[in-house]
Amino acid sequence: MEPIGDLERELEELRETYKSGKTKEASWRRSQLKSLLSLLEEREEDIFQALHQDIGKNHVESYRDEVGILIKSVNYALDCLKQWMSGKNVKLPMVTFPTRAELVPEPLGIVLIISSWNFPFGLSLEPLIGAIAAGNVVVLKPSELAPASSSVLATTLHSYLDNKAVKVIQGGPSVGDQLLQQKWDKIFFTGSPRVARIVMTAAAKHLTPVTLELGGKCPAVVDALSSSWDREMAIKRILGGKFGACAGQACIGIDYILTEKKFATTLIEEMKVLIKKMFGENPRESHSVARIINKHHFLSLKSLLDDPMVKASVVYGGSLDEDHLFIEPTILLDPPLEAAIMNEEIFGPLLPIISLEKIEESVEFIKSRPRGLSVYAFTKNEKLMRRLISETSSGSLIFNDAIIQYAADTVPFGGVGESGFGRYHGKFSFDAFTHEKAVVRRHFLIEFWFRFPPWNDYKMQLFKSAYRYNYLSVVLITLGLKKSSQCSKTH
Amino acid sequence: MASEDKKPKAACFDGEAARSLVKELRGTFDAGKTKSYEWRVSQLKSLLKLTKDHEDDIIDALRSDLSKPVLEAFVSEIAMLKSSCEFTLKQLKRWMVPEKVKTSITTFPSSAEIVPEPLGIVLVISAWNYPFLLSLDPVIGAIAAGNAVVLKPSEIAPATSSLLAKLLGEYMDSSAVKVIEGAVPETSALLEQKWDKIFYTGNGKVGSIVLAAAAKHLTPVSLELGGKCPVIVDSNINLITTARRIIAGKWGMNNGQACISADHIITTKDFAPKLIDALKVELVKFYGNDPLASEDLSRIVSSNHFARVTKLLDDDKVSGKIVHGGQKDQSNLKIAPTILLDVPEDSLIMNEEIFGPLLPIVTVDNLEDSFNIINSGEKPLAAYLFTNNKKLKEAFVRNVSAGGLLINDVALHITNPYLPFGGVGESGIGSYHGRFSFDTFTHKKAVLYRSFTGDASARYPPYTLGKLRLLKALLSGNILGIIRALLGW
Repeated sequence: MEPIGDLERELEELRETYKSGKTKEASWRRSQLKSLLSLLEEREEDIFQALHQDIGKNHVESYRDEVGILIKSVNYALDCLKQWMSGKNVKLPMVTFPTRAELVPEPLGIVLIISSWNFPFGLSLEPLIGAIAAGNVVVLKPSELAPASSSVLATTLHSYLDNKAVKVIQGGPSVGDQLLQQKWDKIFFTGSPRVARIVMTAAAKHLTPVTLELGGKCPAVVDALSSSWDREMAIKRILGGKFGACAGQACIGIDYILTEKKFATTLIEEMKVLIKKMFGENPRESHSVARIINKHHFLSLKSLLDDPMVKASVVYGGSLDEDHLFIEPTILLDPPLEAAIMNEEIFGPLLPIISLEKIEESVEFIKSRPRGLSVYAFTKNEKLMRRLISETSSGSLIFNDAIIQYAADTVPFGGVGESGFGRYHGKFSFDAFTHEKAVVRRHFLIEFWFRFPPWNDYKMQLFKSAYRYNYLSVVLITLGLKKSSQCSKTH
Repeated sequence: MASEDKKPKAACFDGEAARSLVKELRGTFDAGKTKSYEWRVSQLKSLLKLTKDHEDDIIDALRSDLSKPVLEAFVSEIAMLKSSCEFTLKQLKRWMVPEKVKTSITTFPSSAEIVPEPLGIVLVISAWNYPFLLSLDPVIGAIAAGNAVVLKPSEIAPATSSLLAKLLGEYMDSSAVKVIEGAVPETSALLEQKWDKIFYTGNGKVGSIVLAAAAKHLTPVSLELGGKCPVIVDSNINLITTARRIIAGKWGMNNGQACISADHIITTKDFAPKLIDALKVELVKFYGNDPLASEDLSRIVSSNHFARVTKLLDDDKVSGKIVHGGQKDQSNLKIAPTILLDVPEDSLIMNEEIFGPLLPIVTVDNLEDSFNIINSGEKPLAAYLFTNNKKLKEAFVRNVSAGGLLINDVALHITNPYLPFGGVGESGIGSYHGRFSFDTFTHKKAVLYRSFTGDASARYPPYTLGKLRLLKALLSGNILGIIRALLGW
């Protein structure tokens, strides 16, 4: 555990670094991003090993979901950095002419990133890219539940990046608490709503702005697709978006499916076939599905199946291997809606399918539940698509795929309501750690002399005209060519 | 003698009332009423009409609450509100249109857009110094974005608060727009509820309480706070114009009771006497020889604040530094424009936001030193610089952090609807005005469209080395790499 004395020293060093102005220089930001790129390219094996050790991820999954995405994001930031850093000129209404205005982006200062265990590299480094690009100094607290990854992050960031400006502080809740007592200029948190409340409450003491990336139950509406090609494509994406993404332990993973009663059987049968194709006869041995992070989480997933009515609804899979912390891909059909599995975020490889009379009922179903990070819909029905867009609310809405929004640079990634607030990825990452300072420059030359007291009707009339941007009136009144009309109230 | 009588039912707004208020508003919002363009436009038009029809009542209320001069009331509150409303009405349709977004090769083939949607039910808590503007300007944003809204005006400006309750009750759709009047108990009851957004204007202490209450429900918050807005004055400037603008930006703004008014001046030792002389001359021109009698100055809002401001002068080391003004009229809650020179750094007046008609002048040897002085304190809502020196301007923009910066004037930057208005650090979180008001009450939902054609099977298990190679090429956007991987090289 990090003793308090050390923490104070580290923070003091960060403050000194920030004060020196070093991190504001484009050259510093660029060099740090380039070093991050080298880290990702050169230490790939260490990262794969850590992810395998912590959570049983296959190399390809690790590359696809973490390393590869990060490389793409760093390159994107390097390409766009100059543009992001340059001010934006702003239009001005004529009444303030001649005046120049612009928006100047500046770093917030010292920022804290708290990340999660399921995508320990991605969820640590993606915000870090934004924080560095925006010119801040950073403390990263990786999740202690993924200790191998936390340790690799600490050693690699220490050797590749400027460790007077970017620090990794490892530890559990008590370290987290100590960090939260400090005054930060921004806190970026990825994790559960419970801890988010603790973070935001601590931030409130210092009026610190926060971004909260939480989760929720992300539903996938699956319409009856007539073409077998479409069905296969959809099911692959669904299975990939559930079992293939950290064994369902993903904030944007598909939590449950909504489909029509008459389509459910076809869907399940085709899913069974594809599960075997994709994950093999023995998914644990083929390393195609990650394992559960720890015993505590394994047991809570197990308890979701304890309810006899839930257990009875299992139509595929359901076997649990406590020694290896492995749960095989499991499908359930119509577990009771009041059961825990339909009310808590599952965060595991259990996929309930809820069957409805008509697919349109899915809109009401989703609406009546808390807002999640994503809603997915596999359909070609444009009317249904429009209804989902306008009647449901979620961080994002994806048609005909799952998870893929995580890889996008131009689309904001973040929640709403119970799934959090704030967003990142691409420029949104830069913005999350930036203050857009409004700067206005005036001259001494032109003055609206009627700005100043003592007040009278005449000045009042001029103001009324000026505010309506009615310049002609202003000129005429000033030249005495237009009478100032009766003002309603004067002293 | 102990009585067995039951206490009469309190007519106050309590937790129960707050709960049912929120329930009603959720019902309205869930039914979709506030989402239509037509509803939003009709409500904005009603706000405009309310302002036009009752201009006199508003001016009267402001005079009652703050002795605000008519023209100040008109210019800084009524005209600003009208112009904000008109601007929003003109732009709303455009703001509501989803924004098409380019997508890259990693998600190819796909198309994407960002769809703005209302957050739901929002709470606006406003302040007492511009009670009309600071209540309705955020409400404009909330309505424009399609939310249901509760406004809690400040009880320290009671005439305006009750006028707002009355007028909004008459003019607006009361199933979706409500005013709850009250003080700490009512505000606490409101803050216990779950809102989809809270917009607070006021001071940092209460801001912290609002943020902590919001944390329980993970509610996003905008905080428009204040700070000690410094004015740096160089010597090579047009002195008369500068003096006039400083006066307008200090005493002309609710007699210094404004979050963006000039809090204190920083200038060189040599120039200070000249600046003080110019200020004295212009002050007399503006307010006459007996400023306590001038009707062009607001009074101090309440006896509490009067005591707070006069306490800043209590210190001998401070009162001895008065170079102009200092007169007080407690019965009328008036304090004359007061200038002080070189008060001690550790005095209260140099460490708290003054929010009153006292203007300390701090002198330095070199003007560049002023940047360090400003940066050593908390980030203010605004910082001002009067100079003709281009290098100094650029150094100012580069080195001073504040919500906004204005060069060669004071406060005027907030009239521009194209600029975000908000703080940073201790001066606040979030921004508004113009489109930023719409954005602050909006969730920008990312919508991604994918087709069933074209997919990289490399995405899915079973995982192989070949797939790894392809993924590497795909994610790096490297066309040659993609081709090579596809061909199995």
